[in-house]
Amino acid sequence: MFDLSPAEWEAVRLSLKVGLWSTLLSLPPGFFLAYVLARLQFPFKSLLSGLVYLPLVLPPVVTGFALLLLFGTRGPIGHFLQNFGIVFAFRWTGAALAAAVMGLPLMVRAMRLSIEAVDRRLELAARTLGAGWWRAFFTITLPLSLPGVIAGAVLSFAKSFGEFGATITFVSNIPGETQTLPIAIYSFLQSPGGEDAAIRLAILSVAVSMIAIVGSEWLERRIVSRVRLA
Amino acid sequence: MSFDIDVEGRRGDFELVVAFQAGAGLTALFGPSGAGKTSVLDMIAGVLKPTRGRIAVDGHVLFDSTAGINLKPEQRRVGYIFQDARLFPHISVRDNLLYGYKRLPDAVRYAVPDHIIALLGIGALLERRPGSLSGGEQQRVAIGRAILVSPRLLLMDEPLASLDDSRKQEIMPYIERLRDDVKIPILYVTHARAEVERLAAVVIGIEKGRVSKAGDAA
Repeated sequence: MFDLSPAEWEAVRLSLKVGLWSTLLSLPPGFFLAYVLARLQFPFKSLLSGLVYLPLVLPPVVTGFALLLLFGTRGPIGHFLQNFGIVFAFRWTGAALAAAVMGLPLMVRAMRLSIEAVDRRLELAARTLGAGWWRAFFTITLPLSLPGVIAGAVLSFAKSFGEFGATITFVSNIPGETQTLPIAIYSFLQSPGGEDAAIRLAILSVAVSMIAIVGSEWLERRIVSRVRLA
Repeated sequence: MSFDIDVEGRRGDFELVVAFQAGAGLTALFGPSGAGKTSVLDMIAGVLKPTRGRIAVDGHVLFDSTAGINLKPEQRRVGYIFQDARLFPHISVRDNLLYGYKRLPDAVRYAVPDHIIALLGIGALLERRPGSLSGGEQQRVAIGRAILVSPRLLLMDEPLASLDDSRKQEIMPYIERLRDDVKIPILYVTHARAEVERLAAVVIGIEKGRVSKAGDAA
């Protein structure tokens, strides 16, 4: 049952690659957005927050369509980036971009909650002890919000690993390039005799998601106990 | 060794106009809650910006609205002990104590960790996490952490208010020892007359954001 064909392996490998890259690349902007939303007051803040959370509620096909219009070869951003050799359309990089956009709301939400939970008076105490803003950030704010940062990263990875709608709309279904695991499952289901392969891949995706969630809970517990207790 | 404060400020509807001077030893800032005592400390520490005025400690200007001077909290070398100890929960007592001390240039250091740790009787707690300490122990560590940045002025914001009576009696002697040991001025906010009588040489009374009286504690 668990002899995966080369095509199935390809889909699994591609999904892992897309998931890891999209998570890694969305960590810095994700944390920045979470910090800004948690700590700063500015005009149009709810607009920014709405924009970040939008992919969570929008039909994924609309998000994918918007990415196509903006980042496609004839889209304004896609056309511009082409000058630097960066192409998203119908490439695995485009799948990673779509996954990152879809995972960002989950990541930002988890991080924002954990940053809001950090007692700002501890940061003020650090400042009165001679720490500048950056030192207070790296020694107090970041370590105390770490459980949420990890939770956010794992949620983003799990979402990226299994993203379907925006990805297939934006970069289509090209085996070996953009055919990630969920898209491969969909393709197998469309072809006669593909059920066995679809089931194999479905079980695999359940396993990967479970490992990610259990692993992150274990990591979180370890960190929380280090942060809070004796 | 003295400090000099002349500030105006506001927090919401509350208006504060306060001016006084004090020298070495412990000066109590005494008044009912809501009188603006903590706001005065926040202004000295650089956490709250006065709308106008001047704050100088030992000849160093920390804030001067006419000269456009407003040092950041980390540049003021003012120790601040809060009502709640505010220890960093994720690092050991030792790392808490040395948080400010570690980055301090040798030239400005006068507080020696071993001496302060012995003075406050916290030598047995060093490897523990703040969460496992009693309220009184936490406050002693917070006092040590603030004094180890070798400040020019020490601010104490009702350090005993959140402790029960027996804990208060436990901490009081440590504050007395500290007062007699370090040569810097201490500004001690309280609304408890017993603390004023026991600890302070000079009292500044504060009511409704104004200085109501200033003079010897006795």
